[in-house]
Amino acid sequence: MKQDIILSGVGGQGILSIATVIGKAALDEGLYIKQAEVHGMSQRGGDVQSNLRLSSNPIFSDLIPLGGCDLILSLEPMEALRYLPYLSPDGWIVTNTTPFLNIPNYPEMDSIMAELGRLPHVITVDADTLAKEIRSPRSANMVLLGAASAVLQGLGKEALEDGIRKVFARKGDAIVEANLAAFRAGYDHATK
Amino acid sequence: MKTKLILLGDEALAQGAIDAGLTGVYAYPGTPSTEITEYIQMVRPEGVHCTWSSNEKTAMEEALGVSYSGKRAMVCMKHVGMNVCADAFVNSAITGANGGLVVVAADDPSMHSSQNEQDSRFYANFAFIPCLEPSNQQEAYDMARYAFHLSEEFGVPVLMRLTTRMAHSRAIVETVAPEAQNELHTPDADHARQWVTLPANSKVRYPKLLDTYTALEEVAAKSPFNAVHKGKDHKLGIITTGIAYNYLMENFTDGYPYPVLKITQYPLPKRLVCEFAEQVDELLIIEEGQPLVEQAILGVFPPAKPVHGRLDGTLPRTGELTPDAVKKALGFAPASVSPQPSLVTARPPALCQGCGHRDMYTMLTRTMTTFPEGRVFADIGCYTLGFLAPFHAIHTCVEMGASITMAQGAAFAGIHPAVAVIGDSTFTHSGMTGLLDAVNDKANIVVIISDNLTTGMTGGQDSAGTGRLEQICYGLGVEPEHVRVVVPLPKNYDEMERILREEIAYNGVSVIIPRRECIQTLKRHAKQ
Repeated sequence: MKQDIILSGVGGQGILSIATVIGKAALDEGLYIKQAEVHGMSQRGGDVQSNLRLSSNPIFSDLIPLGGCDLILSLEPMEALRYLPYLSPDGWIVTNTTPFLNIPNYPEMDSIMAELGRLPHVITVDADTLAKEIRSPRSANMVLLGAASAVLQGLGKEALEDGIRKVFARKGDAIVEANLAAFRAGYDHATK
Repeated sequence: MKTKLILLGDEALAQGAIDAGLTGVYAYPGTPSTEITEYIQMVRPEGVHCTWSSNEKTAMEEALGVSYSGKRAMVCMKHVGMNVCADAFVNSAITGANGGLVVVAADDPSMHSSQNEQDSRFYANFAFIPCLEPSNQQEAYDMARYAFHLSEEFGVPVLMRLTTRMAHSRAIVETVAPEAQNELHTPDADHARQWVTLPANSKVRYPKLLDTYTALEEVAAKSPFNAVHKGKDHKLGIITTGIAYNYLMENFTDGYPYPVLKITQYPLPKRLVCEFAEQVDELLIIEEGQPLVEQAILGVFPPAKPVHGRLDGTLPRTGELTPDAVKKALGFAPASVSPQPSLVTARPPALCQGCGHRDMYTMLTRTMTTFPEGRVFADIGCYTLGFLAPFHAIHTCVEMGASITMAQGAAFAGIHPAVAVIGDSTFTHSGMTGLLDAVNDKANIVVIISDNLTTGMTGGQDSAGTGRLEQICYGLGVEPEHVRVVVPLPKNYDEMERILREEIAYNGVSVIIPRRECIQTLKRHAKQ
């Protein structure tokens, strides 16, 4: 089993919380993990990504090779397309559809959706709206993870839910439940 | 007892140092090294010093004091921090280490958050200090512990070199039981004199240091961290250093087709390299950073056999390595990839909405439009982003502290107004001595110390002069009536502009301090 995942978004959106949950779940499942993160200057509203690699065998490179990524998990629709050269021909894109508008020349949403529509394996989810609907507006990242769990190999829904419980435990039961609800809303959206 | 943790390379190194009986970490924040010290601050091991230093030189000297006292100390910085502490670093080889002394430099090839790609291994060579370069997080942990013992056994500091991907990538690390801290013990009679670097003492010490360095080369030749892996096809031999090994192995999914020499401990063991090279027809050198090993092997005379790497274009001359760059160097076919859609546009980093630097720059650019001959000399920090749209506010940024001193030089050369923009943390790091020069020179400059009460760019670490900036300026000799404090908010633009124009009109050193807390630390404090 190997899953190479690129998590993408804009600095401050919370891609690292997704990585932490997947990492915790993978550790408990006895998988090998490597997760390259971006810290520093580019975090200030720039595009950010994290390369997350899971495998039942030892992993060498911290970076995913071109054409090798099994899943692009993006909190922002244009950012999902930025990493297309890394996506394997069989790979999936799971992306939030709410754009993050902090640049003057952001492309038309219709053309972004058209590009996504041309790809064979795409799940789109309006994670921001779904998170607001369940009154947990800060949990859009867990909505997205829930949607991705429908296609993520090697880690089941239960393992990921357990990861959420452990990662958010120190923030209290209410936060844990809000994140679990967000995760399930994303999962239901992707599987219905 | 072994424990499994998921740790960043930075954190694994920090945990290794803690488990080696560390007494103190001394550091100035800098990407990608910041998380080493932050991890130790989070763990808070009992009796371990872990607050931030004013700059890398003070950090190195503080650690040297701990080492003199027989206890174990670590100094952490980004690669350009090595330039700041170079005087202390190079001379620490002359004093030697008493308690284990480990210096960590985190290099940033590809310049993700830096102004150059300098490779810290050259500093180790230059100073005759051994260097360790982990290739994975477990090695970062194991080598940190080994480094303290190596330092004490040979009586020299040890440099640990990380690169961005090593520092900022997580993996599972197995830890072992911690060692106790050393007892207080000052240098013995044989070593006491070398701590006073009078020529008479250093002339005795220097040849001994060179002998130690020769001995350390043989230690590196025998080190388990430098390993030869057998391969059937001897047409090619591959030498990798540090993290480059991972990119090679990403391409060798079924073991080693060619012999591979993995180097992670220096000085470069020449014996090991020669023995390895004898078995093969050609060499490929894969190293993250600048071609240190490749240059050492090539020398000046034509090599006995072909040597490929960054210098002959087999690998890119600049930037960090990738699995794909190494794949190409091995002659493997590239992966077929989908192109990036043309609609994807760049999303450069920007100052946060609500950031005080924004209001400072809005006011500054508005004022400077009436002084087209004026120039703004800026510095290192979030506010360097003032170069980008919509501000286009600054004309220079070189290294920590250069704003004030360059403005001073430019003012003497005839530029008016010459304005320096520097952050509070950069000011106490390397700006204060420059301000003293400017005062002594009676330079006609305006210094804006944009004070957000933190070290913002690296994530909000304590800033050394918080609450004392005015007193520091008075103490350095700036006239109190020309030290002006403002609150950078849109409602205050008119007042800010009036003050700036008054100080531009004053022929002498003025300091304006726009002061408002960093929006990121403010949010964090509001949550607590």
